[in-house]
Formats: sequence, C-alpha cells, structure tokens
Amino acid sequence: MSTTESSVPGEAVAYGGDGPGASKVPAHSVNPIQRDVAKTIFEKSVEGRRAFVAPPSGVPEVALDEIIPANLQRKAPARLPQITEPEIVRHYVRISRRNFDLDSGFYPLGSCTMKYNPRLHERVAGLPGHARLHPFQTQDHAQGALELMYGLERQLAEVSGLPHVCLQPSAGSHGELAGVLLARAYHESRGEKRTKVLTPDTAHGTNPATVTMAGLEVVKVATNPDGGVDIDDLRAKADEDVALIMLTNPNTLGIFDPNIEEIASIVHGVGGVLYYDGANLNAIMGITRPGDMGFDIVHFNLHKSFTQPHGGGGPGSGPIAVSDRIAPFVPVPVIRKEESADGAAPRFSLLDAPADGPGSRTIGKLRGFQGNYGVFVRCYSYIKSLGGTGLRDASEIAVLNANYLLAKLDELGVRKHLPLAFGTRCMHEFVISGGPMKRELGIKTLDLAKRLLDHGFHPPTVYFPLLVEEALLIEPVETEAKETLDAFAEALAEILAEAAEDPTIAQNAPYSTPVRRLDEAGAAKKPRIRQPIA
Amino acid sequence: MTRYTTATDADREAMLAAVGVGSISDLLAEQIPQALLLDRPLEIPDGLSEQEVYTHVAGLAARNTSAEDEVTFLGAGMYDHYVPAIIDMLMGRSEFLTPYTPYQPEVSQGGLQVMFEYQTAISELTALPVSNASVYEGPSAVAAAAYLAKLVNGKTRIVVSAGAHPHTIQTLQTLAVGYGSEVVVVPLKDGRTDAEAWAAAFDEDTSAAIVQQPNFLGAVEDVQALSDAARAGGPKAVVIGSYDPLTLGVLAPPGEVGIDVAVGEGQSLGNRLDFGGPSFGFFAAREAFLRRMPGRIAGETTDVDGRRGFVLTLQTREQHIRREKATSNICTSQALNALAGVVYLSWLGRDGLPELANLLVQRTHYARTTLAAVEGVELLHEQPVVREFALRLPGVDVQGVVSYCQDHGVNPGLALSRTHGGQFDDGLLVAITEQRTKEQIDELARLLGDAVAAQRTGTRQEVSA
Repeated sequence: MSTTESSVPGEAVAYGGDGPGASKVPAHSVNPIQRDVAKTIFEKSVEGRRAFVAPPSGVPEVALDEIIPANLQRKAPARLPQITEPEIVRHYVRISRRNFDLDSGFYPLGSCTMKYNPRLHERVAGLPGHARLHPFQTQDHAQGALELMYGLERQLAEVSGLPHVCLQPSAGSHGELAGVLLARAYHESRGEKRTKVLTPDTAHGTNPATVTMAGLEVVKVATNPDGGVDIDDLRAKADEDVALIMLTNPNTLGIFDPNIEEIASIVHGVGGVLYYDGANLNAIMGITRPGDMGFDIVHFNLHKSFTQPHGGGGPGSGPIAVSDRIAPFVPVPVIRKEESADGAAPRFSLLDAPADGPGSRTIGKLRGFQGNYGVFVRCYSYIKSLGGTGLRDASEIAVLNANYLLAKLDELGVRKHLPLAFGTRCMHEFVISGGPMKRELGIKTLDLAKRLLDHGFHPPTVYFPLLVEEALLIEPVETEAKETLDAFAEALAEILAEAAEDPTIAQNAPYSTPVRRLDEAGAAKKPRIRQPIA
Repeated sequence: MTRYTTATDADREAMLAAVGVGSISDLLAEQIPQALLLDRPLEIPDGLSEQEVYTHVAGLAARNTSAEDEVTFLGAGMYDHYVPAIIDMLMGRSEFLTPYTPYQPEVSQGGLQVMFEYQTAISELTALPVSNASVYEGPSAVAAAAYLAKLVNGKTRIVVSAGAHPHTIQTLQTLAVGYGSEVVVVPLKDGRTDAEAWAAAFDEDTSAAIVQQPNFLGAVEDVQALSDAARAGGPKAVVIGSYDPLTLGVLAPPGEVGIDVAVGEGQSLGNRLDFGGPSFGFFAAREAFLRRMPGRIAGETTDVDGRRGFVLTLQTREQHIRREKATSNICTSQALNALAGVVYLSWLGRDGLPELANLLVQRTHYARTTLAAVEGVELLHEQPVVREFALRLPGVDVQGVVSYCQDHGVNPGLALSRTHGGQFDDGLLVAITEQRTKEQIDELARLLGDAVAAQRTGTRQEVSA
C-alpha cells in the first residue's frame, strides 16, 4: 500500500509499497519552491508597506468634499495588500513556478492546440505604436492599426475560403455566439423564425451553451460507427425549423467527416445555415477550406491555430468569416479600404453604419471597440512569418505528428489497453479510450493523467468527448519534435506497465507536484473563493 | 519547413515509415475527399524572416499616433494610465504566459492562486462578497450581468441609463435579442440619469436595472438613490452597476450603495490601451448569485496530504459540464489580463489606490475649471466628476478642433459627435490620468482657445514651425 499521510514538507514519505524495495524519499529532496505552503499576497501584507508613490499633483488642491459630495464618497479604503515592490515580485515569481507551462514541457491537450508562442510576437505587440494606441484615436492617426486589421481579415478569409471577416469577437465562444445570432438574423430577414440548432453529440460544450444564450434550441445529432455525423439521424432531424448546424471538421474525435458535402447539401436543402467551429482548424490550413466544404460561417480561435499565448486562460480572440449571404449582418464597425489616386497609400476606415455591403444590416456590437487588437498583432505577425505555404506545412506536420504518435503507441503496445476510439488514422488529434485499461489494469483515465504529471508531461484532454468511455483526446501539434512524441509514448507505456504491477501507484499519483490530488468536491460544497481579511 | 515546425526531412521520412504511408499527401488523401482538397497554395505571400516581420510590423506601428507620440486626453472607457514595469515582466513569464486554463490543478497552483487573489482584490474593491476570475471586457460584462438577471428572475425587461457607455448599450441590445429581452434606455438630465424617468421605468416585469458609475459623460451618479428607486418600482429587478474601477479609490463601493452585481472594464488596472483590447472585465456579486455567475471561479481547498491548494470550482455552472443548461457559454476568460489587474492593485496597495484616485480628482478639477474658463468653452454639465468631464464648444466644429490640437501634438479628447451624433454634436469628452500634468492641461487650454478663436473668425491658423 502506498502511504498518503505525509503532509510535512521535506518529511520522508514511502510510495509504491512498504515492503522491501519500497522507495524512500529523503528529507529536502524536492524543489523547495514546489513545496511552498501557499500564502496569498493578502497574508503577506504588513501595515505601512507600499510600492506606489504618487507624483505631486502640481495643481492647487481643493478639499475633496467640495468636489464630490460626502455621501457619494468611499468611507473606508479597500483592504488591498500593503506590500513593497520587491515582495510583490518575489511573491508572483515564486508562485509562477508552481505552474506547468508550454515553454518548459509537452502539452498535448486535445482541441486546445498548444503550439509554440513565438516571442517575436510579444516584442512587436509591445511596441508603443500598437500597445499605447487609444481605441478612440481618430482614424487618420490609426492607419497602421487599420491596415494590420484589414490585412489579417484578408489572410483569414483566404484560409477559411469565405469572403468576409469580422475580427470583433473576444474568444471562440464569443465567435460562436456571433455566428448563431448571425444565422438567426439571416433567417429573420427572410421572414423565417427557425428555432433548432443541430449539434453532434461530440460537440464542444460551448456549442450548446451558446445556442441557449442565443434563444434557440439544441437538437443533438448522433455519431455513426466511423466517428462522423450519422447521416440517417441528420436526415430525420433536418427540417424547415433548422436554423443552423454547428460542426467541427475534423471533429473532436480527430476525424475528418468524409460526408461533409452530403451534410452540407442536406442542411442547405432545408434552408439551414452551416456553422464551422474553428477549434480544429490547425488540421486543415492550406489543405482544405470550410468555405469550400459549404460552410457559411466559421470562427477562428486565434489562441489556437494562430499562436496567441493562452495566458493561463485568456486572452483569446474569435474572429468570424462569413459568406456573402451572411455578410450584411456582421457586427460593426467594419473596415474598408479605399485606394487612393496618384499612387498614394490606400486609406483604411472603420464604419459604424455602412450604407451597403458587410455590416449594412448589422446585428450590432458584441463588445466594446474593435476587438482584441493586441491579439491581432501577434496573429498577423505569425501569418507573415509562415506565409501560405508555411501555414500548410504547419497543418501537415500537425497531422503527421498525430499519426506518428498513434503509430508509436501501437508499436509500444499501449493501444492494447488504450485503443483508438474510432477509425485507423486521424487528422491533427485522436481519441483513445481508457475503458480497457480501467478493466484490465485497474486504473482510470484520471489516474493515468495524474501519473503523467510525475513524468513531466501535461496530460491530454480527459473525459472528452463525452461519448467515448474514459476518453483521452491527444493533440501533439507541429512544433513538437519527434523525440518529444517518443518520450511521451514511452511514458504512457511505462505507466501501463507499472499499473500492471501495482495500480495503486497511479491511483495515488501525482507525487512530484506542488500539491497532490485536491479535494474538488469539498471546494464546491463550501466555496471559499476569496481570502478573508482581518 | 518553417522556423517553428520541428520535423526535418529525415524526421518526416522516419515518421511516414512508422505510420505506413508514402507521403503526407497520401495521409491526407486517405481522409479528405478529393474534391475538397485545395489544389493550389493559399494566396498569402511566402513567409518572412524574423527581422523582416519585425521591420514590417514596427512600420505599421509607426503609422499610428499613440499615447507615446502625443499628449492624449482621450478616455471614454479606456485610459492612458502608467503601467508599472513589473507588470510587463510578470505577464511575460513563460509560467503565466503559456499555460492553458488550469484543468490540472496539481500543476497549475500558480495560476489558480492568482485567480483567487484577483477575486479577493475585486471583492475588496467592490465590497461585494463573490467575484469570478474575469470575463472578456467591459460592455460584454454588462450584457453577461443582464443575462444573469434573466436566469435569476425569468423577467425580460432591461432598464439601462443613457449614461452607460454607448458600446455597452449597443452590446446589450445585440445580445438581449438572443436571450429574448427588451432594452429600455432612460435619458439623462443635466448630465445624470433623469431620476423621474428612471423611477417611472420600472415595473413587475423588469429583469435588470443598469447604471454606469461614473457615467459616460464623467458625472458621478447617486447610485444609492437610483438603486432604491429601481427596487421600489421593480421588485424583481437585479440592480447592476458598471464601474470604472480606479474611481472606487474615492467613490462609494457598489456593495454599499445597493448594487447586486458590479461589473466593469478592467483596462485601467494595469492593462495597456492596445487599441481596445485585450483587457478584462470584472464581475462581482452578492452571495445569492454565486451559483448563477458566468466564467471561471477559483476556490480554496486541500490536497490528500492536507496541504492548502486551489482549484477551479463550481464548475457545474459551466458549459463543459452543463452544456445547453450552462449559466454562460464563456470558456476562455482573461487570465493574463486579470493577473495584470491584481498585480496593479497590489502595487497601488491599500494607501496608494485612494491617493491615486485623489490625484485624479484634483487634476481633473483643475483641468475642468481651467478649460471652462477658455473663451468659447462651456461645461456640458455641472455634476461632480472624478477623472473625466464633458465640455461644450457651441457653434464650433469639434472634430476640426480635435484636428487642430492633434496637429499641435495634443489629442484633446473625444468629439462626442462620434458617439452621440445629433445629441451632443458640440461636445468634447476630456479624460485625465496621472500621466497628464498641469503643464499639459495648460497647453490644452491654450490650444482649445486658439482653435475655437480660429474657427470663430473663420480663419484657420496655420501651423507654426
């Protein structure tokens, strides 16, 4: 039996059995930062300490009460930390080291496209001409920004195979919301009130959640034995009430649906709109295009295929590309380019109420200003770095890496316990099932994931998609080297072999992390979501 | 091969052999119908070297006039505050910059603790007990709060003050169509929400009451009076306040003046202007709304060894669990920008926040008094202000005045014809930050006087060298 009693940092702990050969961990054998006892910045506050020093006002001062009536004023200051700058830096640098990050390790999180984030992008996005540009700057003084946004729109249009792009949505789910509202506006403009949205049972959770927020109703479509949309079920559910279908292709199983043209024709046949969830665009850039497959609306996750760093959960950006019939309804402002006479530079303008063309019958605005411009700078730079052929190369290697990893798992016997859920090949990601592993070796997908942490790998996406038992969704991306994929495959093989000997090791994992398994149920039962301050 | 794609030709051959296909094209053709394969390269120019990309994108930056290039008095939702150097350093750390959402808490304690601290800071700032870990930005945060109100009371009428940011009202109108609510806008009177019209706007079916503090014209609203009136007329209404967070250094916090849900644009807390984003939206509420909140929430717990740790909690609200029954579709929040927010609030600290807010009040008071004394310039309203105020330049083309000042290196603020055409055509909205000195304010006064005088005499002054 493994022991889990030890809680004192540095104390010897026995793992992997008490008998002869049990490994003993001596005192002070782990990274001390990793074993810090968590203390918040509020608990480090000391009366009288400070970082900020205000500049002198330089103006004749007036009593506050003469400017703002006393009843509208704050009575007691917000109890923010009292702390010096060196202590702030040490605090955050120290806790940062309790994070796993993409720069230091493999992160095969399926459907999240954890590819390398070039540092060039941080440098150019940080130039004052971009970073200190006010969103209400007069347009004559923001021509560089508008040209960049226009250029990014054209690039994304070409990748998607659709003519018009709106950069405004803040993230993928925001792009989805835009898309569903656009489809709704399109139908209403034709005097039709359609209420149903078809979504496969493999869809991302954001799809059904978005549908509800847009006031429509989710109708699930089944998956066929090959992992694609069940065409018979689709035919049965496709009727004149269908506003749109939301699809990811390749889907969340990593499978390119070979029936996509038929699906498009069925949905278009009943007057519905096709929406492409761009979460998996990294599989197809320059290879095939959603517009050519028949989709009317596409959203991009600029934080996936286009290298915006994930930031520990944002910021992202979720532009949409649309067909001609959807274009009049796109959110405003829209960007226009006007060629100048005499070979002068073209002029770019932002229009809140265009008289014609895209945005002329706009659904409105989804947020303030023009969208996450700082993200646009990074993604525009990425596309400039790769070019059209480089984007295709990125997708090709993403697909090759995924298939290679699949082959490697087969070679090492991993797929005996973790079989591929559907098909024999995959696009840029694949799903394996932990069902046999659970029955044969006694460890669950969660245990495998936690034990991977001890091997220095971030686990794949787990328990998604929902229709696969004990699912692991693995996306290796094109910026990872063959040696990394080999090492990851070997770690999986080693964990399975270890479980065959003693499943309790994985069941109690992880051991090497800043904290071990956390009581999530307890956290939800009695939520403590802020630091109490005395 | 691109410089970010790792596979060499030898790697490719070895990997293809392991997969058992002859080429990548074959691998793709096995899976994608022939008719759908793109038979030409993308029409995007070939890739450039790192230095070429730098030069090109820096060239675009050089064609913008940023707050580095001119003295700017622009605000209207985003402000040119000083961002301390430690924020650049911390946001640039790999450990904060490059992870995903903390789905594996054992290796995400840093990010989760930041969220927990951020939530604490927002709760302290707003005097409301629960905060999420951030949403996209300001206007959509207001729309998310209105959606929460609808989930709570099932009502479908949203009342919003015309003092809200125009983008907020437009965003509400766009998203409310989705969730089936109507938006009623209550007008301003003398620069503040018209108290009589406000009180009359509520009924049994009112879902949400929304007020902005300070309002778009910079005026400080009597939020307590507005929330009392909203409750009196609309017993079911959730009262929502959209706040400029830095002004909470001096203004009564929402939790003490009857607000149920406080949201707002977080840019002024340590985030760059970035031409409008990314920044973050904050979202805090009374305890009763905790389980209806959108977005990520970090909670404290312990591990199997009894050690303190943090996890994402109350996830049963969220889209990946609840799907169509989720409280929101939000997945990505603004973790990195919220990090900047909590670092900034810690840097200001308990004493610094009120000091900074008071500095804004004093300089703004000086600027307002000085500018209103310029010939041809009047106050658009006389309500108390903190950091922003509206002027009128009667009979003058305000956009022309803006151009004149910009030609002289000063951006005087927002011509209100751009956001409130037909209503405040002669209005100018002027914002003050700690980066705007007395000398710059005096220079603005001189330029405004010159510009107005020039237009009035009908002779446009030439730019002097």
